[in-house]
Amino acid sequence: MTVLSLGLVRGLGAQIVGTALGLALIVLSRVLMGLDAWAAEPAVVLGAIVGIIAFLIGAGSFNDWFKWTRGEETPMHHGPPPDKPAWTRYFNVDYNHRVIGIQYLVTAILLLLIAGTLAGIFRVELAQAGRDWLDPAVYNTMIGMHGWVMIASILLGIAGFANYLIPLLIGAADMAFPRLNSAAFWINVPAAIVLMASMVVGGWNTGWTAYPPLSAIAPLGMQLYFVAVFFMGLSSILGAVNLIATILTQRVPGMTMFRMPIFAWSVLATSIIALTATQLISLSFVMVMFQRLLGMGFFDPAKGGNPILFQHLFWFYSHPAVYIFVLPGLGIISELLPVFSRKPLFGYKWVAMSSMAIALAGFLVWAHHMFASGMESFLRVPFMFTTLLVAVPTGIKFFSWIATMWRGKLIFPTPMLFVLGALSVFLIGGLTGPPNGVVTTDLFVHDTYWIVGHFHATMFGGFVFPFFAALYYWFPKITGRMYNERLGKLSFALMTGAFWVQSLGQIRVGLLGMRRRIVDYDPALGIEGMQLAITVAGFVIGLAVLLTLYNLIRSARRGEVAERNPWHSRSPEWQIPSPIPEVAYAQPFQVVGAPYDYGLPDSVYVRVQTATTAAGE
Amino acid sequence: MKHFAIAFVLVIIVTVLVILGLSALDLVPQLASAEGEFVDQMFDVQIYIIAFIFSLIVVLMLYSVVVFRRKPGDTSDGPHITGNTSLEITWTLIPLAVVIGIGIWGAGHLYEITASEPDEMVVEVTGFQFGWRFDYPEHGVSSSELYLPRGRQILFKITSTDVIHSFWVPEFRIKQDAVPGRWTELRVTPTEVGDYRIRCAELCGYAHTTMYAPVVVVEPDEFEAWLTGQAVERPPSEDLSPAELGAQLVEEQGCLSCHSLDGSELVGPTWLGIFGAERQMEDGSTLVADEQYLRASILEPQSQVVAGYPNIMPAAYSFLSDEELDGIVEYIKTLSE
Repeated sequence: MTVLSLGLVRGLGAQIVGTALGLALIVLSRVLMGLDAWAAEPAVVLGAIVGIIAFLIGAGSFNDWFKWTRGEETPMHHGPPPDKPAWTRYFNVDYNHRVIGIQYLVTAILLLLIAGTLAGIFRVELAQAGRDWLDPAVYNTMIGMHGWVMIASILLGIAGFANYLIPLLIGAADMAFPRLNSAAFWINVPAAIVLMASMVVGGWNTGWTAYPPLSAIAPLGMQLYFVAVFFMGLSSILGAVNLIATILTQRVPGMTMFRMPIFAWSVLATSIIALTATQLISLSFVMVMFQRLLGMGFFDPAKGGNPILFQHLFWFYSHPAVYIFVLPGLGIISELLPVFSRKPLFGYKWVAMSSMAIALAGFLVWAHHMFASGMESFLRVPFMFTTLLVAVPTGIKFFSWIATMWRGKLIFPTPMLFVLGALSVFLIGGLTGPPNGVVTTDLFVHDTYWIVGHFHATMFGGFVFPFFAALYYWFPKITGRMYNERLGKLSFALMTGAFWVQSLGQIRVGLLGMRRRIVDYDPALGIEGMQLAITVAGFVIGLAVLLTLYNLIRSARRGEVAERNPWHSRSPEWQIPSPIPEVAYAQPFQVVGAPYDYGLPDSVYVRVQTATTAAGE
Repeated sequence: MKHFAIAFVLVIIVTVLVILGLSALDLVPQLASAEGEFVDQMFDVQIYIIAFIFSLIVVLMLYSVVVFRRKPGDTSDGPHITGNTSLEITWTLIPLAVVIGIGIWGAGHLYEITASEPDEMVVEVTGFQFGWRFDYPEHGVSSSELYLPRGRQILFKITSTDVIHSFWVPEFRIKQDAVPGRWTELRVTPTEVGDYRIRCAELCGYAHTTMYAPVVVVEPDEFEAWLTGQAVERPPSEDLSPAELGAQLVEEQGCLSCHSLDGSELVGPTWLGIFGAERQMEDGSTLVADEQYLRASILEPQSQVVAGYPNIMPAAYSFLSDEELDGIVEYIKTLSE
């Protein structure tokens, strides 16, 4: 076996060659046209684009499709690659949804670490007033990078659990389009490299929102940011197509929509948004890219362009995107609460439909980001109403969760603790929402740290805490071993306590006048003590994350061997051995009950036939 | 029902405690505009609602955690309760009614804060990287400080010459973006005499942090006196000494968002004591800051970057006349005397 047998290595090599090719193409055509040979902007953009495509070809993502065009058969291969160690499949194009799920999850965690490190660096700058160690060019690049790297991490983390779990939960043999599934994952790797490269070609100074005209005159790194987001968006769209097709067409007989585990509903809702909204952010960024490259003055007032048009296009994705980020997390909360409350999910259909309602309403609220933008004043009223309406389905979820716990028999292993942490943190995020939705109060808190606090609370409560709950919950299924419970609980306690300090601190300094995206602040605001507390809390959160990763990595090798179903869950994936064999269900399982009938004697959800058991529990 | 009764009492107690706790804090800065009163009023009501819902969820959650925990040794499940449609309808309709109510009320407030008073005065606000200019078209006055009379509604007509900025004085509460190529509007009626600061609220580039401008709210008669002084006393530029012209220009052009006059550290080097000093350049060379160097640094800032500072100053000042450039250089020289 040589390193070249790893798709990742071949892809990286091809990306370097492809980038050089793209650069050379621009240089060559400029020479032929009699221009100066070197023009950084077009050369770097084309280099980045060709590099990403070359990576995919080099890694082998397109191999089967190329064979199809030649009329060759490509039988589906199961199991690790022949005559190579089993671990190599994680570094190669592999069509198994659980391998792809792990690839997504590991990449997501790497990105989480990068984005968290960036945050740590600029939080040190903000710990006290005065310019300390970052110049504004570096600082502005870092806040934008922190934003998008976190978003990428969230998108990949969601894709990871969706890929791993959805076929298992609905009894599908695999995803509907396994080749597309793999290609959608691999796009993210070269795109993430391009994103990182944006830092070394001058960075950019707009934050992740990239509003023109500033983004139209920002340094070169801006263009690489646009390229990276475009391709990550493409991955998101392809992943969404696959998940929707899988959920709608690949369920085992008897698995009606309203008998699916609730996580499947949240993934369906989130995929509908990702499929239909992502184009808009890509479009808005490509338009700025073309304005810079080709002089098309879409957003340049001097050429008849309109800077506010950009904000409409951008937020048409970027608001629903927030629901893309949180709906799967809320689905995980709904999925885990009944297991640890030993009681059915309260109002299953209401919870399922509230996800769809949030997805739908999410499309109608984008301009609440623009109350101060200078768009038509009257538009602020309808967007205020649609925004406030989102509180209703969100409320249904909260009340249903509380009702699920009420009179249950609660147990508190680490995943349940992270679910409770998620509830408390998402509550802060939810309750700080309406003041942004009402126009008058929004004109005060808009672009302050109130928003920063609100947003981070929704992201932590809606994604990070549920993601950690899911990592702990499915860890024994994925690895066949148990994590360390004491370390898990310590990580929970640190993260929850610190996040509360950070979040309330951000909200408080925002109300006192701390603006977003500033490298330094006026000591006259009297917020230095709180800023220090936020920074310290941020580092404690980082410590909690590292503690969890240490726990999981160590336990994967040395943890106690886990029971097949340590949580006594009714869900199908827990009725088969851990780790899951290459073919999860030897025969399609039978759906004979409702998913969450805890407390109903002698009822089961599914009957699973495997090589080692005759029937489900 | 016993559980509900206890939890209900706890929710009320915690709600009261949260509200008392929050009102003990000064949550928002001093209020200095009539429009801001609507903001604060709405904010207070929302804080009450937030305090109640927060207490409701947290109390019920913690109550469940404490009271409904499974006892050691018990392996049984909880009661088989799958839902309750009337409850679901209740907690759909009540929040729906509340948010519609807030929406209608909020729309009314929006109408109030955008309504025009008959005696409103227009002030044109122009944002640029990195400063603000204020024109009083009814009086033919232009200023780099925003003087306002107390008690009179001001219609700010806001624009920008380059990128998007946002006009915000926290004490006035409401903000409005400054967008190149169009005029946006904001109405503010100052209610408290005092000194405030515009703080640009939309990320606009490297010196966004320090894109401030002074705001001075004075009594109406004092404002009239200021206007008259501005219109009459301000001498035409040919009557100014070069250094005086320079002092005026550096304020108008926003130079001071990046360059301090007192040695404090901003985005760019301070001007205090700069003239005649030896400068260490990014490329390792050194030179003495003479008149030619200062001039070149204004016109082609990229050509000579001082070590330790980012290369981010826009080359946007070629419109300055020779006389104006000389003025700025002369002014900087005065800071080294």
